[in-house]
Amino acid sequence: MVSGAPIEQPAAAEVSFDTDPARYRHWRLAVDGPVARLTLDVDERGGIRPGYDLKLNSYDLGVDIELYDAVQRLRFEHPQVRAVVLSSARDRMFCAGANIRMLAQSSHEWKVNFCKFTNETRFAIEDATVHSGQTYLAALNGSAAGGGYEIALACERILLVDDGSSAVSLPEVPLLGVLPGTGGLTRVVEKRRVRRDLADVFTTKPEGIRGKTAVAWGLVDEVIPKGRFDHVVSERAASVVAAAPYRGDVRGITLEPLVRNRYVTADHDRPGGIVNITVHGPDGEVPDGIARVHELGAACWPLAVTRELDDLILRLRTNEPELGTWVFRTSGDIEAVLAYERLLAAHRDTDWLANEIALYAKRTLKRLDVTSRSLIALIEPGSCFAGTLFELALACDRQYMLDDEGAAQVVLTECNFGGYPMGNGLDRLAARFHGDPDHRDRLRETATGRRIGAAQALELGLVTATPDDLDWDDEIRLALESRAALSPDALTGMEANYRFVGPETLESKVFGRLAAWQNWIFYRPNAAGPDGALRRYGTGQRAAFDRKRV
Amino acid sequence: MAIDYTEKIPNNVDLDSDRRLQRALESWQPAFLQWWSSMGPTLPTRDVYLRTAVSVGREGWADFGYVALPEYRWGIFLAERDRDRRVAFGEHKGEPVWQQVPGEYRAELQRLIVIQGDTEPASVEQQRRLGLSAPSLYDLRNLFQVNVEEGRHLWAMVYLLHAYFGRDGREEAQALLHRHSGDLDSPRILGAFNEETPDWLSFFMFTYFTDRDGKYQLGTLKESAFDPLSRTCEFMLKEEAHHMFVGTTGVDRVVERTAQLMTEHDSDDVVAAGGIPLDVIQRYLNFHYSVSLDLFGSETSTNAGNYYTAGLKGRWMEERRHDDHRLTEDSMWVDTVEDGELHRIEVAALTALNEDLRGEYIRDCQNGVARWNRILDSYGVGRSLHLPHAGFNRKVGLFAGHHIGPSGELLAEAEWRRRAPAWLPTEQDKAYVRSLMKPVYERGKIAAWIAPPRQGINGKPFEYEYVHLS
Repeated sequence: MVSGAPIEQPAAAEVSFDTDPARYRHWRLAVDGPVARLTLDVDERGGIRPGYDLKLNSYDLGVDIELYDAVQRLRFEHPQVRAVVLSSARDRMFCAGANIRMLAQSSHEWKVNFCKFTNETRFAIEDATVHSGQTYLAALNGSAAGGGYEIALACERILLVDDGSSAVSLPEVPLLGVLPGTGGLTRVVEKRRVRRDLADVFTTKPEGIRGKTAVAWGLVDEVIPKGRFDHVVSERAASVVAAAPYRGDVRGITLEPLVRNRYVTADHDRPGGIVNITVHGPDGEVPDGIARVHELGAACWPLAVTRELDDLILRLRTNEPELGTWVFRTSGDIEAVLAYERLLAAHRDTDWLANEIALYAKRTLKRLDVTSRSLIALIEPGSCFAGTLFELALACDRQYMLDDEGAAQVVLTECNFGGYPMGNGLDRLAARFHGDPDHRDRLRETATGRRIGAAQALELGLVTATPDDLDWDDEIRLALESRAALSPDALTGMEANYRFVGPETLESKVFGRLAAWQNWIFYRPNAAGPDGALRRYGTGQRAAFDRKRV
Repeated sequence: MAIDYTEKIPNNVDLDSDRRLQRALESWQPAFLQWWSSMGPTLPTRDVYLRTAVSVGREGWADFGYVALPEYRWGIFLAERDRDRRVAFGEHKGEPVWQQVPGEYRAELQRLIVIQGDTEPASVEQQRRLGLSAPSLYDLRNLFQVNVEEGRHLWAMVYLLHAYFGRDGREEAQALLHRHSGDLDSPRILGAFNEETPDWLSFFMFTYFTDRDGKYQLGTLKESAFDPLSRTCEFMLKEEAHHMFVGTTGVDRVVERTAQLMTEHDSDDVVAAGGIPLDVIQRYLNFHYSVSLDLFGSETSTNAGNYYTAGLKGRWMEERRHDDHRLTEDSMWVDTVEDGELHRIEVAALTALNEDLRGEYIRDCQNGVARWNRILDSYGVGRSLHLPHAGFNRKVGLFAGHHIGPSGELLAEAEWRRRAPAWLPTEQDKAYVRSLMKPVYERGKIAAWIAPPRQGINGKPFEYEYVHLS
């Protein structure tokens, strides 16, 4: 049990992402008017998988699922909150980062998927700060190491207790032979703009940096004596609240337990390695005003469908690594989809809930961009790929549209032009027409709001191919079967490269550059081999490195 | 201004010709004196009959004489160098020991030294008010001896930081003076060193149990492949022996006095006669022993294994052990609690080194208890003292979070709390012991709750005027 050999993941129960604050084992969420406190208090014995203890406030997927849930609920259930204070219930230890034994015993795909999800939550925190007016403050009442400091890096301000001991550190390189892969390397230089030579010193110093030096180097914003820490943190939270624009008397909605298979259904084709996903359009009356959207809350179609899709993406990524192709279809009434879209678009700038729903759709679509599966959209008669749902097709690697004399149609709306930017800052049409920006602008002027049939969609470059009804079944079968025969690794690499054209952002660098290097290192003998640093960690034995630079 | 370093700072590290070390100490030494005057003993004294380390030879390594405390010559001594010494364990076993810090182990070595160094001044801070209630001049002198030697141990660790760890080392050395025991803003690193030592019974228990942890930690660092650390700790162990002596004989004398009173009055109740009841002594013992067990760290520890493999920290009496001194294939049994029961689990030996050291320590502590029980037997009081179970009152390691009684019984939390007053010092116990703490500064006299020592210091009688108060 103590050797460094990875234990096969037991055939454990499927991972579920359902939770709520009453069920949290690792976090405490307390909301007091405009200030929320999220306190990390990890249950050592509460790992989501057996085989490791979550010592020193270290985390695993289960801990991060709760964090994600809390970040979501703060936006939807507590929209009056302006400042979120992240801290720890432990004395002297904020968080020791991702649990190393968990990483050492995990399969490669588990590690990669875990890192991806945690990264997405860090970006969700930054997104809440920028777009939802919920500013996160890291109140480090003890040391923040590795992933612990990376949580802090996702916050707008970092306050560190000055007790002569507590430090911030990124000890992954010297201790584990891997990278601080939850945005650490990237945010230190890109977000906090730490000078690269100092960042180099910091990231190779396992004990980290504390006190005034941490401030001077830009690793934290402020150090505060222990006796005044709570007081100053409260003051900083109060100033954030005071500086935030008044939102009126907003009241949150309740994110009821998720109802599955209502608007999103999934059919697993295991022999084919395929999941057939159908997103269903709205049913029932379209709300007659934004007040009705608030009344319906989590049951309102745009939010309900996004929650279901988000949940499905997370569950498939975690539980079904061998289903390598996701085929997206839609089904429903285009007019009803467009009616919802108009209603929410009209209120996006003035109504917090309309804004949150759009932001949530943006984040969910971004999850698809970084999903290591082949994504194929099938546009058939009876589908409703309009506006936001057409964005779903645009997020796919290929779009097939059945040419059935105009029976299948798609609709572009204003939201396809900048409403849902990708991680690199481009909208998907701008990315698609990277070689011809004028074409995107012409589409905006001439094609928005119109129903577009297969022939025209092909001509406008909105779809990949348009087989007719005689060819359709065979064409689609061949496309899926031939894809399933290709190397999954090569496909993942190819898709990731083609999805992100154009400029780089902090986000694209984390999911592209940092994650790719990390995933390479995870696979190298120097980390994951029997004598590698990650596998040797915790055995009391030292890593033996292959000294060749690659 | 030229300073005669050898006169001010006795040393065998060639301080006179080491410019780098001189520069470091020039700023550190005044800061140390400042710390001593603000955080050291509060009782004003003119001078104290003290032992000062002046060389490392087998004979005559120390001088005795009256010294005004702030003028104590805190020196820097390393045991003599063995030029053939080789690493005795870990993956570097058999290689020559290191005279410089290897870059790859810089952070770990620095951390070990900082943690050890942090405890030394901490105990001075914890004990700073005890002089105000000393039971005799003899005991007062022993307190100050312990204090100045803890100060010297701080110097020893600071020397290593200054001489081998560059700028980082100098900053850490400064920080050792900035953290203070019990300071809310900047506490000492280990929890046990942030509690005040409120009375002399606690002081004796502390020097017996907690300083003994220090002895065992020094013993493992003495094995280090980093030779200057090894030699430093070897010399510190000589002084540590005196601290052990203070604790052992201190508890001896309390127990003896209690036994005397029990026999004289033919009763367990010695309160009326101004003695400390055996039950109270047992509860103090339970507390200090369990807190000290925590200082060894968790039963299973990755760091301890890493330190061992790297050659930084060995086992107690490493070279007397009969195994391969690498331990990569060995296992060890450790106690834990699972499903509401005590269990032994088998773990890799490398991860169980804290437990290995704790085991050595526990055996040593049993000697103390046996010794005190011989005293009780000699008075025929028919009572004895016991070490509580290793899982009792633990806050660190595999027993933390469980509620185990002194005999090893696993209890529900409420039950444990209900019975705790029988096991750990109560507020009433502490108030009573405090009430006995009246200073006795008259030569040859001693407080009623403790027996006089059998011998004085350095061949002097008990009546000797060990301390001149100012």
